[in-house]
Amino acid sequence: MAKIPAFTRRAAVLAAAAAAMAPPQPQAAVATRARIVIAGAGAAGLAAAARLAQRLDGAEITMLDRRQAHFYQPGFTLVAAGLKDPAYTVGRTADYVPRGVRWVEERAAEIDPGAKTVTTDAGRRVPYDFLVLATGLSLDFDAIEGMDTARIGQDGLGSVYAGPAQAEATWRAMSAFADRGGIGLFGRPSTEMKCAGAPLKYTFITDDILRRRGNRGKAELIYNAPQRALFSVPIVAERVRMLYQDRGVAVNYGHDLSAIDLGRKVATFRTAEGPKEFRYDFINVVPPMRAPDVVRDSPLRWQTGAWAREGWAEVDRHSLRHVRFPEIFAVGDIAGVPKGKTAASVKWQVPVMVDHLVATIEGRQSAARYDGYTSCPLITRIGRAMLVEFDYQDNLVPSFPGVIAPLEELWITWIMKEVALKPTYLAMIQGRA
Amino acid sequence: MKELDIGTFVAVLQEMMGPLLWVILVAAALATLGFVYVLVRDRGLVARRLVWSEALGVIGGVGGVLLMHEITHSDFADIGGPIDWVVVAAIFVLGAVGTVVGAYTVLGLFFRRAA
Repeated sequence: MAKIPAFTRRAAVLAAAAAAMAPPQPQAAVATRARIVIAGAGAAGLAAAARLAQRLDGAEITMLDRRQAHFYQPGFTLVAAGLKDPAYTVGRTADYVPRGVRWVEERAAEIDPGAKTVTTDAGRRVPYDFLVLATGLSLDFDAIEGMDTARIGQDGLGSVYAGPAQAEATWRAMSAFADRGGIGLFGRPSTEMKCAGAPLKYTFITDDILRRRGNRGKAELIYNAPQRALFSVPIVAERVRMLYQDRGVAVNYGHDLSAIDLGRKVATFRTAEGPKEFRYDFINVVPPMRAPDVVRDSPLRWQTGAWAREGWAEVDRHSLRHVRFPEIFAVGDIAGVPKGKTAASVKWQVPVMVDHLVATIEGRQSAARYDGYTSCPLITRIGRAMLVEFDYQDNLVPSFPGVIAPLEELWITWIMKEVALKPTYLAMIQGRA
Repeated sequence: MKELDIGTFVAVLQEMMGPLLWVILVAAALATLGFVYVLVRDRGLVARRLVWSEALGVIGGVGGVLLMHEITHSDFADIGGPIDWVVVAAIFVLGAVGTVVGAYTVLGLFFRRAA
């Protein structure tokens, strides 16, 4: 090998170091006049709009969403733990709409994939060359007989998912329970759901608050899961099972919440042995979740199985491209893929989806591939969490192997959740992370 | 967090601290410049001043850790594994070094006779 002068070697090393430190060079924007419609301006819709606006020059990007408030949903748990104000989770969509993207404050109501048009709830027809589904999902409280979201916060009724105000109302109900004790009921629905860790976290948090107030001995905590496990990733399920045993949380599998009597404070669960009633002093209701009607009532949904009933968009799990309509993609909660209806999934899905869309415009094939990565800082008490990261194959995929152990209750993971997660999320929806 | 580049890191810091990020960076830069100026002017470290600064540095380090506990609703009982001790040590060192440099500079510039 030829000898390289020392100063040249040093310069090369320095240049390489500088290159590693420098932000990635923005790729040259692709010139196009494509009409791209994004249905939904939540985390997935905004992140997609930001990335598309960065990658394309001249595209006509239209985002459809009626809601003006933007919810930072990962913060709902912290609000319901009494640690953050509801305002912590509320922003304005207008503040995050990227330059060059037109935001129409109407909801996508109907999609005609044959004619390639979206019709809004105001009757406007919007034609597209590419459609990105980012509609999010619907909370199906009506599927629980007797449930009334207006009563969240009263008579021991909580529901962290329903919104910022309801998360705070849930905190009031849970705090009152933590003062008195009694029976606390927790669980999850049988459908797909966003952030499957959230109901588990809230059980841990309630346990912690009871202990801090010296009332854990006066309370019985029960977690009812419709499935046969506490979490879809076996190694995580087993770890949570051990922790619940340690904290004295009773677990019942095969229990699916079907009805609730808010006056009598009795919840009814479907089980293999028939309906079973549980009296409660506090309950965290996690409703069944399904695709919004615009997708569920369209040819875009899955055609067979549970996902057809729930209505999720039938996309390829690695490219997020629709299997029957190649000009349609789905990102975020609406995507009918295993695992992850979380902000972390959005963070990894959007760049892959965008690369496939841009590649189609350019007439090339994209090699980008989404392997199902998602993550969940699973709070196990106020001050500690486990950083759980996994993929489609139920593999643990730790970002910091050997440094942050995935199944260990750690303070650093809690710090990330409380301090770093929201800034990362906000950077993501602006296409900067 | 499958990949972490410097651009993402800066974007996250900006979202986290807003304008405060620039205030902190400018303050750190000014303190460092002042420190170098005082060093050059005095042709070395002044032992008496350094001892005072180090005493304040211990307070700064402890203060950093307590501040982190305060803003994250947690305390020493939440430390769960070796990495948590590394984080505590890192926060202490950052707080301590920052305070030593800042205090030494302030003492050197404004209380030259006293210390």
